[in-house]
Amino acid sequence: MSADAQVPESDDRKKFLYVNRRAPYGTIYALESLEVVLIGAAFDQDVSIAFFDDGVYQILKNQDTSGIGMKNFSPTYRALGDYEVTKLYVEKESLDERGLSPDDLMEITYEDEDDDWEEKPSIRVVERAKLSEIMAEQDVILSF
Amino acid sequence: MLHTVNKSPFEKTTFESCLNHARPGDAVLLIEDGIYAAMKGTAMADRIAGMNGELSLYALGPDLAARGVDEGALLEGISVVDYGGFVDLVAEHDVTQTWL
Amino acid sequence: MKFGILVNEGPYTHQASDSAYQFTKVALEKGHEIYRVFFYNDGVNNGTRLTVPPQDERNIQNNWSELAKEHDLDLVVCVAAAQRRGILDESEAKRHSKDVDNIAPGFRISGLGQLIEIGIECDRLVAFGD
Repeated sequence: MSADAQVPESDDRKKFLYVNRRAPYGTIYALESLEVVLIGAAFDQDVSIAFFDDGVYQILKNQDTSGIGMKNFSPTYRALGDYEVTKLYVEKESLDERGLSPDDLMEITYEDEDDDWEEKPSIRVVERAKLSEIMAEQDVILSF
Repeated sequence: MLHTVNKSPFEKTTFESCLNHARPGDAVLLIEDGIYAAMKGTAMADRIAGMNGELSLYALGPDLAARGVDEGALLEGISVVDYGGFVDLVAEHDVTQTWL
Repeated sequence: MKFGILVNEGPYTHQASDSAYQFTKVALEKGHEIYRVFFYNDGVNNGTRLTVPPQDERNIQNNWSELAKEHDLDLVVCVAAAQRRGILDESEAKRHSKDVDNIAPGFRISGLGQLIEIGIECDRLVAFGD
């Protein structure tokens, strides 16, 4: 957070959180939520994404939609770093409840411009209480 | 923070997830099919009682009336508001999280 | 206070659009400003003028159009979501060589940036969906 404070326009920026609680493909919410994130990235706000409940299924590895006639949009999550969307919070309890571990998730990284463009993980697995705290800090929550 | 929940707790886990993530002092407004969580004698009643008043719970009156749920059938501590009260709740809280 | 409203479901199947309409009407009555109502996901289906519900039922689309006229509301339908679901204004219909447009009076089609703008400009954002 201290790094953010050095960005001059940080005072006018709002904290936006996109909440993803639903699985992909069965409904369009995951895809259309991602479309909002991509467009929103152009507005230079302080953006975070939360994946919990069935939302954790959105970023599972090895998605292959060739048999259902739908576009596999999971690679787009890996491109989020290029849009400077680098804070992807995943709730640990949601993973546990679903028999998943962080290793089951796609590798999503970004290049940190404040640290000599070092490649860093965008996914931050957090406990439920921490996620609640993050939600409480937001100016705007968009939940799909 | 204000949370709104519009699903029956007997069909979806939305209300449960809301309770799991709400923080002491938050308000939860039950609307549409969410109002069924507010009724006495249900499998949710103990869960709500277990919150020990940490959250302020509200139910939207017009949605209760539409579904034939009398205010007397609600758990203790649930306040009934109309749409004006809904608007006021949104205005009083910095952020609204809609549990869909 | 400056409110923005997000409607994520279409009319009739879900109560979302009705709830959003009641909320918007009462917020206006109470003297709040409605900066914009944004329609996304299946919510774009609220913006067609071609619905003909039975006469003894509410006409949700007309309700929105009339409220927009009365209060000069900005009703915005997301273009990407609208194209998927066949909601077109005159210029979109022409651009895609369709024989008809169907956008309802008071609605306009625009980009998702209009939703982000609600987040930036408004004091409060309230979403209705399923």
